[in-house]
Amino acid sequence: MHARSVLELSRALRARELSSVELTQHLLARIESMDGALNAFITVTAQQALEQARAADRRIAAGTAHPLTGIPLVHKDIFCTDGVKTSCGSRMLDNFIAPYDATVVERLQAAGMVMLGKTNMDEFAMGSSNETSYYGPVRNPWDHARVPGGSSGGSAAAVAARLSPVATCTDTGGSIRQPASLCGITGIKPTYGRVSRHGMIAFASSLDQGGVMAASAEDAALLLETMAGFDARDSTCVDRPVERYASVLEQDLKGLRIGVPRQHFGEGLAAGVEARVRDALALYESLGARLVEVQLPNTDLSIPAYYVVAPAECSSNLSRFDGVRFGYRADQPVDLDDLYRRSRSEGFGAEVRRRIMIGTYVLSAGYYDAYYLKAQKLRRLISADYSRAFADVDVIMGPTTPDVAFRFGEKGADPVTMYLCDIYTNGVNLAGLPAMSIPVGFSDALPVGLHIVGNYFEEGRLLSIAHAYQRETHWHRQVPEGYA
Amino acid sequence: MSLQPEDVLGIAELARLKVTAEEVPRYARELSAILDLVARMNAADTDGVEAMAHPLDEVQRLRPDEVTETDLRERFQAIAPQVRDGLYLVPRVLE
Repeated sequence: MHARSVLELSRALRARELSSVELTQHLLARIESMDGALNAFITVTAQQALEQARAADRRIAAGTAHPLTGIPLVHKDIFCTDGVKTSCGSRMLDNFIAPYDATVVERLQAAGMVMLGKTNMDEFAMGSSNETSYYGPVRNPWDHARVPGGSSGGSAAAVAARLSPVATCTDTGGSIRQPASLCGITGIKPTYGRVSRHGMIAFASSLDQGGVMAASAEDAALLLETMAGFDARDSTCVDRPVERYASVLEQDLKGLRIGVPRQHFGEGLAAGVEARVRDALALYESLGARLVEVQLPNTDLSIPAYYVVAPAECSSNLSRFDGVRFGYRADQPVDLDDLYRRSRSEGFGAEVRRRIMIGTYVLSAGYYDAYYLKAQKLRRLISADYSRAFADVDVIMGPTTPDVAFRFGEKGADPVTMYLCDIYTNGVNLAGLPAMSIPVGFSDALPVGLHIVGNYFEEGRLLSIAHAYQRETHWHRQVPEGYA
Repeated sequence: MSLQPEDVLGIAELARLKVTAEEVPRYARELSAILDLVARMNAADTDGVEAMAHPLDEVQRLRPDEVTETDLRERFQAIAPQVRDGLYLVPRVLE
């Protein structure tokens, strides 16, 4: 049951071969028995899920169902869920029961989807390994000694282990694509502004974007078209119709121009990853696409620029956590300053504190031009590199990550080592472009992801290109041993 | 870039974070390493480049000046650490 695609499940539910309650009970039982080892969930909402499943079954019986009615899902614990703990992976919000639903949550619930629970993540989405979570790290279902990636590691592990068919997630510098790659699943980060950020706890507001993880592009398409679109409650959400992604999947690749950036195949890329990515490119060629070398000369500047913009915006966004209105409050504060400072230092973990400090520094008097303004100028250059490339090609492909999943603690000693994991993904957020990662095979028995970057609002094209690959291959159907 | 102990304490003050004396050397080391990474930006010539604040160069939308939100005060206060008579309580500010 858990190995079936969303479309197959949707058909089975409508044919009454299966009820949403049966499907939900089956997945809750898997979570119960398997999540002890994975730690992909912060909260399991079993009772609520069964209520939603019963309502979905009634709606299906009444003939008013959406294609996603009765399909279970999990939300990254960054999305506010009314009446349910929304921790953002932090001690700061360990006691936070969200007073409203995020727009994404509201829309998927309106479609009749069933929430199984809230998934683990790097604290406030700051991390690439899930090791910064207050609730402990998520383990990679392909190898429990390795990280699932981050920050959406819980969502990625839950989908990879087939504990949920689909998941919501967010991406500020690679937080959907990198864990999707490391866990061998499909993930899409849409164009900035395509999905509402209302009720999605803010990290870096000019970079954050909600998206989808699923086993396949086909499944991701259906979820994305249901949650995307204009929302007056997010001032940066773009008012533009949403393409019916699931209806545009079948497209011929003949004549497709694929840009291959030389800068994404250089030093630091593991040979086993490069080999699988080259195999995937060759398959696209065999389907009628043409490979064109493109230049992204400012790739090396994307990480430095990102580590100014993201911490600066984070330090501003996280100033709201003050121990007064919600969240963690230190015991017995002697005065107001002590209340602020101890609540924040005890409530935030080490990586979040570091980023707040960096952000505060780069925005402080006398340093703004040298850091923040400089980074925003680089952002223009990085974005212009992509625009130039898209004048000649339809999509850009390369590796999602320099290497396969690493071991716990492997990049722990120095924060900068971890930051360099996101070399291929950071620039996409700075430019605001849509991008995906799809599984394209294994290196040392660990999944390898192909990064596919599209032009603005071309999510439909990206998904159709991913779907064309998945029609020809079986990598997206591989399930880790012990989770089949 | 090498941050001094007084720099770390100054940043912590601005960020409203408590940093203990024992933590200062570690922060100085880690933050300096991050600033060294960031300093690679200086290799790029950005003369005449316009800063990019927003990926799509969109402008903020305007809306009619009408009340659209409902009063959720009770729901919001229910999750606050300490409230009384509809007010958020903090330690005494004025003696």
